[in-house]
Amino acid sequence: MTAYLITGAKPYGEAPKDLLIRDGIIAQVGESLQETEAEVIDAAGLIALPGMVDLHTHLREPGREDAETVETGSRAAAKGGFTAVHAMANSSPVADTAGVVEQVHRLGLDSGWTEVYPVGAVTKGLAGKTLAELGAMAESAAAVRMFSDDGQCVNNAQLMRRALEYVKTIDGFIAQHAQDAELTAWETEHPAQMNEGRVSATLGLPGWPSVAEEAIIARDVLLADYVGARLHICHVSTKGSVEILRWAKGRGIQVTAEVTPHHLMLTDDLVATYNPVYKVNPPLRTEADTLALREALAEGVIDAVGTDHAPHPDQAKECEWAQAAMGMTGLETALNAVQHAMVETGLISWRRFAEITSTRPAEIYGHSRQGRPLEAGEPANLILVDPNARITITPENHATKGRNSPFRGLELPGQVIHTFLGGHQVLHQGELTISRSGRSAP
Amino acid sequence: MKHLLATEGLKYHDALAILDTAEEMAAVTSREVKKLPTLRGRTVVNLFYEDSTRTRVSFEAAAKRLSADVVNFSAKGSSVSKGESLKDTVQTLDAMGADAIVIRHSAAGAAAQLAASDWSEAAVINAGDGTHEHPTQALLDALTLRRDWAAAHGSASPRGTDLSGMRVLIVGDILHSRVARSNVWLLRTLGAEVHFAAPATLLPLGVEHWPVTVHYNLDEALVAAPDAVMMLRVQAERMGGAFFPTAAEYSRRWGLTDERLTVVQQLRLGETEAPALILHPGPMNRGVEISAAAADSAQTRITEQVTNGVAVRMAVLHLLLTGDPR
Amino acid sequence: MSHSSETAQVMAASDIDRALTRIAHEIVEAQRGTEGLIILGIPRRGVPLAQRLGAKLGTIDPAFDPEHSLGALDITMYRDDLRTSGARTPEPTTLPAAGIDAATVVLVDDVLYSGRTIRAALDALADYGRPAVVRLAVLVDRGHRELPIRADHVGKNIPTARHERVTVRIAQIDGISPEAEEVVINR
Repeated sequence: MTAYLITGAKPYGEAPKDLLIRDGIIAQVGESLQETEAEVIDAAGLIALPGMVDLHTHLREPGREDAETVETGSRAAAKGGFTAVHAMANSSPVADTAGVVEQVHRLGLDSGWTEVYPVGAVTKGLAGKTLAELGAMAESAAAVRMFSDDGQCVNNAQLMRRALEYVKTIDGFIAQHAQDAELTAWETEHPAQMNEGRVSATLGLPGWPSVAEEAIIARDVLLADYVGARLHICHVSTKGSVEILRWAKGRGIQVTAEVTPHHLMLTDDLVATYNPVYKVNPPLRTEADTLALREALAEGVIDAVGTDHAPHPDQAKECEWAQAAMGMTGLETALNAVQHAMVETGLISWRRFAEITSTRPAEIYGHSRQGRPLEAGEPANLILVDPNARITITPENHATKGRNSPFRGLELPGQVIHTFLGGHQVLHQGELTISRSGRSAP
Repeated sequence: MKHLLATEGLKYHDALAILDTAEEMAAVTSREVKKLPTLRGRTVVNLFYEDSTRTRVSFEAAAKRLSADVVNFSAKGSSVSKGESLKDTVQTLDAMGADAIVIRHSAAGAAAQLAASDWSEAAVINAGDGTHEHPTQALLDALTLRRDWAAAHGSASPRGTDLSGMRVLIVGDILHSRVARSNVWLLRTLGAEVHFAAPATLLPLGVEHWPVTVHYNLDEALVAAPDAVMMLRVQAERMGGAFFPTAAEYSRRWGLTDERLTVVQQLRLGETEAPALILHPGPMNRGVEISAAAADSAQTRITEQVTNGVAVRMAVLHLLLTGDPR
Repeated sequence: MSHSSETAQVMAASDIDRALTRIAHEIVEAQRGTEGLIILGIPRRGVPLAQRLGAKLGTIDPAFDPEHSLGALDITMYRDDLRTSGARTPEPTTLPAAGIDAATVVLVDDVLYSGRTIRAALDALADYGRPAVVRLAVLVDRGHRELPIRADHVGKNIPTARHERVTVRIAQIDGISPEAEEVVINR
């Protein structure tokens, strides 16, 4: 395996150091390191960060390979600076059996651009009726620890309670997509389409009330407390949810939470264009929500950034708003959006950036080789970022199959220049190289 | 003005140009030769994804009176169930040489999406998009109101006048009403004051941001002495108990009943002696939101609304399809 | 009123009034009276000119009743340049209550140029009825006809180049005093 000598990089944006990568680990961190056998990477001006970990990714395979495959999604992850992603269960068939999660796990290893961890469904077929084979998925080769019906909420309180209890026995946790089905008229003729409020009133689109998220979070933190289980809240989107989480954490309830880059940056005013690229679930909220989410992420009430990367084929977005699919791509714009919303606003340092994009999500899942500090002896999952770059987001240049980026045309800061996956360089000067499994990019 | 998508954002002078033009178009419909050569050789497509014979016939009559060729394209049901996307349908119509596309769709924003797309060069007229807007309905309501308002105030012609000082009360299902939404913005632009009377379940959350006064009680709203009362249709599917208990209770609390008609009969247009007006976008549920006596009262302008619909649509077609160098 | 060197006054208020008086006399002479005579102004400046002609006709022949013999004929919807010129709000068309069938209609406009406005006016007129005779009176004929149309009564013939602009300024339309009315050429 090639050794790399990274010179002059600033770990966590702090004082410049050299990093020597050899045999898949960070062999040395120091000043003026020498290693004649190593390929030298001049990283002056670049920030070194632990490889990002995304707890919330839709890779679409199996079943919707027209939207994304594990291969294309993994490439997008490598380009976006992610050394681990967690593939949500709403594939077709649903990842509710050991067979499907093992398939995704295997596809991830074969692709080798990032580490792919399948998320198991909580209920069979995401139907919210009966528990999926959580134990079998945990014991499979994929060793699933995270279970989620994401895309659907586990609405039935009794079922949610049982799921929380059951995963205690397999050291797992439930990631809840918090959305009250009744309050959002889910699976009716006129389901909720956008945040309910000033903008929805004018646009005449059925509203997705903030209380539909908050009511489920409130219920589920109480359930988690009651049964002593671990709960993770996906894509928190409202100010009220933040208040409930703050209260729950204050009481010592084992709850963690993530927020998406788009909810940190975009608001429901964009829906006035009726451009379905802004259609997402949970919906874009108000500026007050956005600001509350940023603060919560800075202070730790929200633990992590999760992209909710949700690629769709063009035809799913080139249609009437009500018929359009929900979701946005996010893997290749997460760094830009978070730098813009959190770092450039002065809310967080790059060290905190590393926590919310890597350390905390890795801890939430329980990874031992991801989200580790940039220190000698640690696995070489790391990225080098140019914080001074400014790029115009052009989805056509993305590795994901999805062109549905809400950031299209925006000029945003930051660029991932190099990505190392277990000491293997999968991204060099912003270009994909050879994957850990030996695949080359097209 | 290239398209007419909504009254929100419609400029005052554009609104007045439409209404003034519509006055002249109305004069044409009362003469012997009811046809103008204005749009000879131009093609107007009525692209209707929702059944609405009333609106389609009105647009069709308007286009024909301007000598345009009219193509009716009924794409009932959603484009998804039909198997052809809106994009493909519109590109087909564009290839046929449509100069204007009048679109009616159950999805809010369909007209705006069409106008923003590069699928067609045609002028887009929103003939109702979901529960968003129905701008020509609001314009014909304004034309109807303006004529009475100007006449009551001694103007020889309504041309160039607006609705300054007028108080309009809109009653009923605001939440699901594209007519109400279009009326709010247009009436405000024309200087009128807008009041709503509805149960809270039929008002959109966020209505507090609108430039309107909200009443939960119709009798209290009538005490505010409106110059015009616009009754909205209650859709049958709302009567199932989710938004209000029963049609009978709705009628008692928010219907223009015979008892309330006696109150409305005392109302006047501003400080004048002319009686206040009753409007309804039709079709009416007699006995639910409006009593038969109220529907047939001398104060109603319901047939004038229909007549004015053709004139307003002629005006919009004329203004959008002439003089727009492309 | 002073003008830049690019602008030349060709008729003053008194010239306009004299021209209208003369046209009124010509109409009565050609018509041998005013019976069955209807004067229709073409908006916008043709309308006040038609009203003045009507008043003068009433002075010449007391049998002429301006109230029942004057009107306006808007031609906006009959123009042949609707696709390229700016969208216009039509002006009102008002015709005598008795209609125009079998009448002698005199169309009145301020400037006769290409003839296209008059072509449109003849089309519009046909949609309202069938006059016995249609005549044309204009304040200014500046030439450059594009259609086989001529005026029966002309206030003043003004030879112009195509690039020049003839502007008629009328109190009721342009918001000026009656004494300031004029016809100018902008070169």
